[in-house]
Amino acid sequence: MPNTINILLILILPFIGFLLLGLLGKKYFNKTAGLIGTALLFVATILALHTAYEYFFVYGKVADVYQSFIPLQFHWLQFTATLSIDMGLTIDAISVMMLLVVTFISLMVHVYSLEYMKGDARFPVYYSFLGLFTFSMLGLVLAANIFQIYIFWELVGVSSFLLIGYYYEKSSAVAASKKAFIVTRFADFGFLIGILILSYYADSLNFSTLIERLTAPQSNELKIATAATFLGISALTWGAILVFVGGAGKSAMFPLHIWLPDAMEGPTPVSALIHAATMVVAGVYLVARLFPVFAIGTPAVLEGVGWVGAVSAVFAAVIACTQTDIKRVLAYSTMSQIGFMMFALGVSKYGGEDGLGYTASLFHLFTHAMFKALLFLGAGSVIHFVHSNEMQNMGGLRKLMPVTHITFLIACLAIAGVPPLAGFFSKEEILLAAYQQNKIIYGVALATSGLTAFYMFRLYFSIFWNKAPEAYGAHHSEGGGAMKTPLILLSVGALFTGFIPFGKYVSTDGKMLESHFHFSFTILPVMIGVAGILIAMLLYKKQNNRPDKLAKSISGIYQSAYHKFYIDEVYLFVTKKILFNLVGKPFAWFDRTVIDGIVNQTASITQSIAEEIKKIQSGKVQLYAIYFLMGVIALAIFFIYVW
Amino acid sequence: MMEPGLYHILFISTALFFIGMYGFFTRRNLITMLMSIELILNSVNLNFIAFNKYLWVEKMDGLFFTLFVIAIAAAEAAIGIAIIINLYRSHQSIDVESAEELKY
Repeated sequence: MPNTINILLILILPFIGFLLLGLLGKKYFNKTAGLIGTALLFVATILALHTAYEYFFVYGKVADVYQSFIPLQFHWLQFTATLSIDMGLTIDAISVMMLLVVTFISLMVHVYSLEYMKGDARFPVYYSFLGLFTFSMLGLVLAANIFQIYIFWELVGVSSFLLIGYYYEKSSAVAASKKAFIVTRFADFGFLIGILILSYYADSLNFSTLIERLTAPQSNELKIATAATFLGISALTWGAILVFVGGAGKSAMFPLHIWLPDAMEGPTPVSALIHAATMVVAGVYLVARLFPVFAIGTPAVLEGVGWVGAVSAVFAAVIACTQTDIKRVLAYSTMSQIGFMMFALGVSKYGGEDGLGYTASLFHLFTHAMFKALLFLGAGSVIHFVHSNEMQNMGGLRKLMPVTHITFLIACLAIAGVPPLAGFFSKEEILLAAYQQNKIIYGVALATSGLTAFYMFRLYFSIFWNKAPEAYGAHHSEGGGAMKTPLILLSVGALFTGFIPFGKYVSTDGKMLESHFHFSFTILPVMIGVAGILIAMLLYKKQNNRPDKLAKSISGIYQSAYHKFYIDEVYLFVTKKILFNLVGKPFAWFDRTVIDGIVNQTASITQSIAEEIKKIQSGKVQLYAIYFLMGVIALAIFFIYVW
Repeated sequence: MMEPGLYHILFISTALFFIGMYGFFTRRNLITMLMSIELILNSVNLNFIAFNKYLWVEKMDGLFFTLFVIAIAAAEAAIGIAIIINLYRSHQSIDVESAEELKY
C-alpha cells in the first residue's frame, strides 16, 4: 500500500518552504533562501522517486492492472448526508508520473535559479513563490476529487500570476501577469460550471465515483445526464465541454492561448517550470484524469478536444517560425507541443489497443517536460550571457558557451523527433495513434512536426552559429555549476527517457499496452523532421539574405504570422471597443449615478436629520427633566384616552 | 372643629407634589433641587399612608412602601450631596447651568 506519510511530505515540504521563506525570508534568510528551498525540494524529489518506485514495481500492480489508490480521504465540508467536499490523495499511474515530473523539474529550476537569480533584491520572495507553485501543482496532481483539483488549479494560477509579475517594476510584466490571470480565470469560470454540472448529475465530487457513475452503461445518473438537454446539447456534453474550456485556458489552447507568450515576462527559470513543463500541461492532465467520462460518456467532445489540439499545434508552429524573441519562440513551441498532447488524447479511445493516444499523450507530456525545460534553461543561460531576448543580438555562441550549446542541441534534436532521442519515441506514438484514428489530424501533425524541426533549428542556428563570435563582454563566462548541472541532468533526461516502455505503466485501463514500432512507419516523420532541419540550416547557418528574401516573397503570410494572426488585436477590439463601450460604459454610468446616488442620498439625508435633532442633547439637566415630564404626560394621555 | 379626612390629606400631598415639581424645574441651585425631590417623594409617602389608613386598615402595605421610600430617599440624598460636592470642587459653583459641558 502507498506510504501516506511519504506522499503527504512530498506535498507539504514545498509548502513549508513557502511559509518559511515568505514570512521570515527577508529577515533571516536573505542569502540562504535558495539553499533552503532547494534542500526541501531535494527531499521531496527523493520521496517522489521512492513513491514512484514503490508504486510501479512493488504494490501498484494487482493482477496485471495498475490500481488506483486513495491513501488518505476525509470530509472537509459536509453539507448534507450525501453531499460533502472531501480532501484526499490519489495515487495512480498518471499522478505518480506527474509527481516525478513536477518534483524533478522543480528541483532543476531551484538549482538553476541559485545562480540565475543571485543578487536579486527579492531572492527569498522568489523562492517562496517557487515553493507555493510546487505545492499547488503537487496538490493538483494528487487531488482525489474534482473540487479539490479546482482549488489547486486556482492556486497554480495565483502562483503563475505572482511569478510572471515578479519584475513588477516593468509595466510589461505587470500587464502580462494580469493578462495571464484574467484569461485563465475566464476559462476557469467555464471549468467551475462544468464541475457543477458533472457533479450535480453524478451526485458526487470524487473522481472514482463520478467516473463510475457517468460511464457505466446501465447507470441511472448517466441516463438522466444524457436526457437533460440545454440548447439541444445534453447536460453531460455541456459539462465535458466546460471542463475542457478550463483545461484549454490553462494549457493555452487556441483561442485562449494569448496569455502564454506574454507570460515570458517572468524570470526564465519560471518559464521553464511553469510555462513549459508543469502548469501548462495541467489541462492535458485534467482531460486525462477525466478521460473515461470523455471517451465513453461524450465521444463527440473528445473529438472536439482533438481538433482544438490539432489547430493549436499547427497554428502555434507557424507563428513560432516568425518570432524573433527566443523565449516567445519557445512559448509558441510549448503551445504547439501541448496541442500534440491534446489531439493525442482526442484521437484515443478507452481501453486496450485503441487507448494508444492516451498513453502517447502522457508519454509526450513526460518527455516534453524534460526537453522543454532544458530549452528554457538553455535560453536562460543565453539571455544571462547576452543580456537580450532578441535573436539578432545573438549568434556564434557555440564556442563561448559549449555546455549550453551541446545541451541545447540535444533538446532541439529531441523536440524535432530525431531518433533515438526522447521526443522521437513519444511523437512517433502520437503520430501512430493519429494515423489509426483520424487521417486528417495525422496530416496536420505531420506538417506540424516538420515546422517544429524548422523553427527549433532556426532558433538553434541563430543563437549558436550565424555570426562570427564577437566579444560579448569578456568579464563573465557561461555560468557556473549551479546553472550547468541542471542543463546536463535534463539533457540526460532528453536523451534517454524515450527508452522507457511507457505503455507498460500508463494506459487508459491500467493494463499493459505494447507499443508497436513499425520501422516503416517512422520513416516519413523522420524524413520530414530532417528536411525541416536542413532547410533551417540552409537559411540560418551562415549570415545571408535568404531568410529576408523568403519572408518578402511570402510577405502576406509572413506578416500575419509575425503578428500572431492578429488574435491579440481581435481580443483588444472585442474587449476595448465593443465590451467597454457597449456594456462597460452604461454599467459604469448606472453604477456612478444610480447606485452611488442612492447611497450618497441616504447618507446625506441621515446627516441633515442628525444635524437637526442633535440639539436636543443640550447638556441642561432641567431641560431633560422637562422632556421626561412631557413623555410622562403624553403616555398618561395615551393610556387614559386612547388605549 | 372638623376631623381631617382623606380628602384633606390628598389635597396636601398634591400641593406638596406640585410645589416640589415647581421647585425642581425653576431653581438653579442643586441643593434646592434636591430638596424639591424630597418634597415630591414625601408627597407620595403621604398618599401611601393616607390610603392605608382610610381604605385598607387591616393591611400594612402602605407603611412598608413608605419605609422603603424613606430609606431610598436617604441613600439618594447621600449620593446627590456627593455629586454636588464634586461639582463644587470642579466648577466652584453648584448652579446646574454651570455644568452643561456634556452635550452634542
